[in-house]
Amino acid sequence: METLAMHISNGIINGPVAAVFAAIALAAMALCVLRGRQDLDDRLAPMAGLVAAFIFAVQMLNFPIFTAGVSGHLLGGALAAMLVGPWVGALCVAVVLVVQALVFGDGGVAMLGLNITNMAVIGIAVAYLVIALLLRVLPRTMAGLSITAFVSALVSVVVAAMGFVLQYQLGGTTDLGGNLSGLAGTMAVSHLFIGVGEGLITATTVVTVAKVRPDLVYALRALKPATPAPAPALGGVR
Amino acid sequence: MAAGHAHVLYREVDSPVHRLPPEVKIAAMVAFTIAVVATPREALWAFGAYALLVVAVAVLARVNARWLLLRSTIELPFVVFAVALPFLGVGERVDVAGLSLSVDGLYGAWNIVAKGTLGVWASLLLAASTTTRDLIVGLDRLRCPQILTQIATFMLRYLDVLVGEARRMRVARISRGDDPRFVWQLRGFAAGVGALFLRAFERGERVYLAMLSRGYTGRMPAVWQGAGAATTGQWLVAATVPVLAGAVAATAVVLT
Repeated sequence: METLAMHISNGIINGPVAAVFAAIALAAMALCVLRGRQDLDDRLAPMAGLVAAFIFAVQMLNFPIFTAGVSGHLLGGALAAMLVGPWVGALCVAVVLVVQALVFGDGGVAMLGLNITNMAVIGIAVAYLVIALLLRVLPRTMAGLSITAFVSALVSVVVAAMGFVLQYQLGGTTDLGGNLSGLAGTMAVSHLFIGVGEGLITATTVVTVAKVRPDLVYALRALKPATPAPAPALGGVR
Repeated sequence: MAAGHAHVLYREVDSPVHRLPPEVKIAAMVAFTIAVVATPREALWAFGAYALLVVAVAVLARVNARWLLLRSTIELPFVVFAVALPFLGVGERVDVAGLSLSVDGLYGAWNIVAKGTLGVWASLLLAASTTTRDLIVGLDRLRCPQILTQIATFMLRYLDVLVGEARRMRVARISRGDDPRFVWQLRGFAAGVGALFLRAFERGERVYLAMLSRGYTGRMPAVWQGAGAATTGQWLVAATVPVLAGAVAATAVVLT
């Protein structure tokens, strides 16, 4: 599989802004570590690892946006928020980003704070807020769950992409002048399409898991189960 | 799973760089990258000096140039972004071969290509000389919170599970008369993504429970046994690269 860099690489955003966002990311991750420890039990630990591996794999699906030379990709934030909750979910995405930066050279090590802020902090926070809201509003059916998963993924991808535009405005190493709104537009439109793809993948995955093992979906734990959980299917799902 | 959990980028040779403990390599790599990023982009010579440092480490680690260059293509999207900058940038412009280019944009493009490439080289050298298992041991020794190293351990372990399940499901589809070709296999794959996730989870859960029943407490044995941690001498050896890079960066800042 051809792999291409997708995260902000070294030298795109200047040092001071990168340092500020590194501090923000560090503080947010410290909070997630504290809250995540309470969540991580024997059921969630392997799930967190699998969610991270899954995100790692889907982030390899990369869509170059050649009009502006920026590329976009699936983020997996909504999937993580759905299955392992916001705290452990943010840690999963952060772990993926750290490993990609350290050993694959994908996303500069000095830019990790920016990437973590966009994808692990903003992406997950937005996704979880949308999930919490929609699960209360929509009927507790599989259709409701799948709409929740789809919308939260779509919204979180677009908002996370806007995080990059904001960072570029604050500390882009080259002043694009009026072209910045062009960059914002390209990022928004392209990530709208990516968000649709991400929404479909998130919805199918979450609905399949919720049908067979509803106990594994973190977002459903907070709610009272509408129906008693069916016994887990033996010997896999096929 | 392969012995030692080697990954695709790991180069199986013996060298002084391979023998260094992982924590010093990670620390050196991060410090080097920060020095590179902190360098003002007008100091062209400094980037030449960094490149020499990278080449020296690559020679020591017995990583050949062709592999390094081939793997650097991961950076391509950002190079494309960089090429667009001289046309999009504002401010003072120069004419090069009939094209009106922004000076700020040209420097910006150089900045992205130079710093990006050096960063990618540094992480490729780390990847080439460190197994994933060592990487996690190194992160743990650098006091990375246990919850993070635990997620990272499972992520790297389950990647193999995920790839294996995907392959088994593909074989199952083909043997039932599916004819996957080019893009059309995406449909079959998309329909099975949820099933893939569940199957991988159930297999992964069994792996996890097996580890628990054999005494796994959340850390790798190599860490709590404390064997092979870096000595002061090894820290000093590995520090040479970031210290030299830091000196170059400081000189560049003073000169510009």
